[in-house]
Amino acid sequence: MDALQKLMFNFFPLLFLFPLAGLLLNVANGRFWHKPIAGIIASSAAGLSFVVAILQWVALLRQPDGTVIILGTWLQVGTLNVPFAFQVDTLSVTMMLVVTGIGTLIHLYAIGYMYGDPGVTRFFVYLNLFLVAMLLLVSAANYPLLFVGWEGVGLCSYLLIGFWFDRGEGGTGNANAGRKAFVVNRVGDLGLILAMGLLFWQLGTLTFDDVFAQATAVFPVGSPLIVAITLLLLLGAAGKSAQIPLFIWLPDAMAGPTPVSALIHAATMVTAGIYLIARSHVLFALAPVSQTAVSLIGASTALLAATIATAQFDIKRVLAYSTISQLGFMVAAIGMGAYVAGIFHLITHAFFKALLFLAAGSVIHGLEHGGHSDPVTLQDMGQMGGLRQRMPITFAVYLVGALALAGIPPLAGFFSKDEILAAAWQANRAVYIMLTLAAFATAFYMGRQVWLVFMGEARSETAVSAHESPPIMTIPLLILAALAIVGGGLNLPGVHTLGHWLGHTLGHGELLSFNATVALTATLLALLAVGLAYWLYGRHPLGAAATDPLTQRLGPLFVLFNQGWWVNEMVEWGIKRPFCHLSTVLAHSDEAIFAWAERQLVHTVQRGTAVLRRTQTGQLNWNVAGIIVGLLLIWLLLRFS
Amino acid sequence: MEFVTPTINILIVLPVLLVAGGGALLMLLELFMAEERVKQWAPTLAIIVLALAFLQTIGLWGQTHTTFTPEGSSPMVILDNFATFLNVIFLLTGFFTVLISVNYLPRVGLNRSEYYMLMLFSLSGMMLMGMANDLILVFLALEVLSIPLYILAGLSRPRPESEESAMKYFFLGAFSSAIFVFGIALTYGATGSTALPAVLAGVSNGGALALAGVAMMLVGFGFKVAAAPFHMWTPDVYEGAPTVVTAFMSVGAKVGGFAAMLRVFVSAFGSLGQTWVPAVAVIAAITLIIGNVVAIVQPNIKRMLAYSSIAHAGYILMAVAASVNSPDGVSAALFYMFAYLFTNLGAFAIAIAAERKLGEGVMLDDYKGLAKRSPLLALAMAYFMLSLTGIPPTGGFSGKFFVFRATLEAGLVWLAVVGVITSVVSGYYYLRVVYLMYMYDGEGELHTKPALLTAVALTVLATLVLGLLPGAWYEITKQAALQGLQVLAGG
Amino acid sequence: MDQILLDYLPIAVLIGIGIFFAVLLPSLSVSLGPKPPKDRNLAPYESGMVAIGEAQRRLPVKFYRIAVLFILFDVDIILLVPWAVAFRKLGVYGLVAMLIFMVMFILGDAWVWKKGVLEWE
Repeated sequence: MDALQKLMFNFFPLLFLFPLAGLLLNVANGRFWHKPIAGIIASSAAGLSFVVAILQWVALLRQPDGTVIILGTWLQVGTLNVPFAFQVDTLSVTMMLVVTGIGTLIHLYAIGYMYGDPGVTRFFVYLNLFLVAMLLLVSAANYPLLFVGWEGVGLCSYLLIGFWFDRGEGGTGNANAGRKAFVVNRVGDLGLILAMGLLFWQLGTLTFDDVFAQATAVFPVGSPLIVAITLLLLLGAAGKSAQIPLFIWLPDAMAGPTPVSALIHAATMVTAGIYLIARSHVLFALAPVSQTAVSLIGASTALLAATIATAQFDIKRVLAYSTISQLGFMVAAIGMGAYVAGIFHLITHAFFKALLFLAAGSVIHGLEHGGHSDPVTLQDMGQMGGLRQRMPITFAVYLVGALALAGIPPLAGFFSKDEILAAAWQANRAVYIMLTLAAFATAFYMGRQVWLVFMGEARSETAVSAHESPPIMTIPLLILAALAIVGGGLNLPGVHTLGHWLGHTLGHGELLSFNATVALTATLLALLAVGLAYWLYGRHPLGAAATDPLTQRLGPLFVLFNQGWWVNEMVEWGIKRPFCHLSTVLAHSDEAIFAWAERQLVHTVQRGTAVLRRTQTGQLNWNVAGIIVGLLLIWLLLRFS
Repeated sequence: MEFVTPTINILIVLPVLLVAGGGALLMLLELFMAEERVKQWAPTLAIIVLALAFLQTIGLWGQTHTTFTPEGSSPMVILDNFATFLNVIFLLTGFFTVLISVNYLPRVGLNRSEYYMLMLFSLSGMMLMGMANDLILVFLALEVLSIPLYILAGLSRPRPESEESAMKYFFLGAFSSAIFVFGIALTYGATGSTALPAVLAGVSNGGALALAGVAMMLVGFGFKVAAAPFHMWTPDVYEGAPTVVTAFMSVGAKVGGFAAMLRVFVSAFGSLGQTWVPAVAVIAAITLIIGNVVAIVQPNIKRMLAYSSIAHAGYILMAVAASVNSPDGVSAALFYMFAYLFTNLGAFAIAIAAERKLGEGVMLDDYKGLAKRSPLLALAMAYFMLSLTGIPPTGGFSGKFFVFRATLEAGLVWLAVVGVITSVVSGYYYLRVVYLMYMYDGEGELHTKPALLTAVALTVLATLVLGLLPGAWYEITKQAALQGLQVLAGG
Repeated sequence: MDQILLDYLPIAVLIGIGIFFAVLLPSLSVSLGPKPPKDRNLAPYESGMVAIGEAQRRLPVKFYRIAVLFILFDVDIILLVPWAVAFRKLGVYGLVAMLIFMVMFILGDAWVWKKGVLEWE
């Protein structure tokens, strides 16, 4: 490690300190300031943090093996030693760059989007807090510290989903959505905690380097314990990254402000599960069963969510299911050992999905501030249409995002998705077929969305009066659009820039060659799907009160897709209701048995207390007697022990 | 017999001399200055003296010295990390007591010039408790500690409660001191010496005489730390004494008692360890049960905190009992006392802020609705209550954790079970304060002045730090315990 | 044998002196005191304490203050006498130690005086 590199690593703590300072400034002074200042402070904090991340990147360029930065001791209990240690290597720095880079753009965008909201200071405080937690998550060098970040982002997610806690269905809809996200995530967290417990029990350490070094020696390949550990880690990842069966919280999470959906529920936090598995790749390599489980879960999530997305009418719900589907792609990729492909897709997805969400936010903003604001219809694509002329920039960037997501070359999504498909082709045909079908559905629903929202004629008063959003919102959109176009260049087939870069952390060797058959199939299918969308929605633009033509074509399937395969209902009837019944039964038996016992206990304690109190007479004689009795007691104990 | 001058190193006892000298200086000032001026300057002077002593003490960390060594005998005074760490606790206790007293005393009309003087004298006694290497010096320190407290307890004369409190404390204190001295005499009879190393050497051959000495000294210490069944003075005295004195006593006298108890029992009576551990464990269990159970029904915050302090003596006694068979016992006790210092003084600081007039506003009902009128201080009080209950992330939790761990290590599983169960019980009365503050409406204001707020802020901060980063501090107590025990074991 | 008895002679003398004064003082007060004696002179304690009556009542504290001061001086003397005997052996060290003690003691006395403890009414 040369001196310059050391110097740059010295700046590492600033990565956290900037957003921390930003949020403290806003907490302390927010109420005295003119509102936009909070946004400017928060954005500068994020931007400065991005600069620090770049410094770390430059440092790694000089010597890419990375380092561990220890800032002090956090917990020292028995043999458990958890320092404030941070892993700076190619994987974590990549994540830092994504988090802070996209984060900065979204902060900027949010200044415009949240302008005039009374809670804007609170919003930016949460947003900065999220950055701190997310950076902690991706840079921790041991599981407990990662878990702190893990819980921190969960908390911020909860706070931001319920940011408008007085809105939503019946005035509590948004708050309920936040609670749902939190509770479902707890199920995943349990998996992570149990996995940490097992690891510590078996290895006596929770530091990444030590765990990975010892795991290969301690666990034989496929031993039940390592399978259990990795499956528990998978449960944790499934919670945070919205995989089957824990994905039901993410669509509801769209109740939060759109920048939140873009930052937390599309670009960064939901990728934590992928990061966790990629980081623990050594453990997964020891458990082939778990790897297969990971890729199957990812692929089936990708397909399931993609079908649901085809039949949604809420502009953000489409994107939410799309996010679940794309996360499925990434999970499937890392399950097959194609870590670089997974992380590559994570990065490009962060670009274009953040773009799509922000553009969708721009649409909502344009409708909301157009004079007619009816919150129920603001996100209903059936009420939009013809926004191409009224919001040209938004339309252009949305189109870029949609094409990138659909996997049309040469946009970013094409390259990353193609790598995943190529890996699946080699590893597991079932996964390949599911992912290809999902990719087809993806191109279709994005086409459907573009036509429904931007093409044809305006189908409501609100849509007629829509207008373009201010530059503070459109500039980040343009930057993200540019990234979505060129992002594929990060890991061009044959060049493998990202592959070599991540290889320093994830192990070299996984450099897939370009598979022309797979690429051609995927592209043709995508074009076919877009054509299908044009045939359904483009030829005869929908009228003001027309039903979706897909309703007739798919019949009962459409209902199935529209209702999200009734997964929510299944959870409701299969888990929540029985759980509530059990709770009721337990509550009654508690009332009958334990409350009675409790009352008896209280009576006993009260009687006992009364007796003990009577010894407290306050009379000197009695006190002296107590001392003498105590002396005798001690004497007896000493004599007969 | 030729008399040889003992070797004396004044530097070692300089912190004690500074504190006692500060008290003497206050006496001297009263001779030559108007009383009002003395009252005005006394707190500042006390803070300066404490700060100087603190600096000197910190400088002595890591060093081991003995002094006042008569020819051919063991030194009377020993200064090791154990003593230094305890001196830090005492000096901080003094510091916080001054901070919470400075506005309280004039407000309730108790601004007597002798208050700070007596406090400093008592502090010097406490400091000697940890440094004594001879039973005679232990007794001397015990009396220097106690006698000013007897007077302080009666400071709000002619209030009958206060006078009663002082009288009761004095009579029972004298009684227990007598037993204690008797214990020293018996120990001397059994071992032929009062120097701790010589006692250590001779006590295992001392037979019943030595056991009687151990029993009587245990009674003496048990009285000072308010362990059951020697606790009965505590509620009356804590209630009757002015609240600042109660605060000072609840930490200073208790830690002082434990300082000498650890020194004497763990080292001098160490070879009898297996014999006295059951006795101390039983005393600890009784103390835990009585303190925590009776605290439930107390309507008065001072009485409640009195029983609470009895209960906490029980937890520290657990660590004392564990110290024979576990290497973590002494350090757990030291850590517990360190955390208890901040938490308890912080809670008392708020109780003082809530006391409207002398003896008014000390009922639990007076805390109703505090959260609405003074959210930050109510939050601080809630935090102290959580810490006293032992809920993370607080110093109280860390302390309990270390104590329970040491108890389990020492094989006293039943005692740990009693400790955990009584901790749960304690949640009832501690959290009731929180409940009253947050769930009710009421009036009554808090008297907040900068000094008091500083004390609250510092104690909250310290409790938080001990809760979040217990590891580093435990290392320090570990060093204190290790070095202390080694020196003692080696004489 | 004789030697051992001789060693106890001072104690015997002390006992004798004790008996002498114990007899002398009461007889002096009987012979020289005013007659007939007043009620107060006949009371068991001349300290102002009433011997018969309720136990819980206020007591005049002045007597006790004086008594406590007397004990202090008493202890002072108890310490001074052996010191004086061993003065030469103890040397400068003893002198300094006793000086420190006396200074503290005198400071306490001065403080007590200043506080008005010695005033009777």
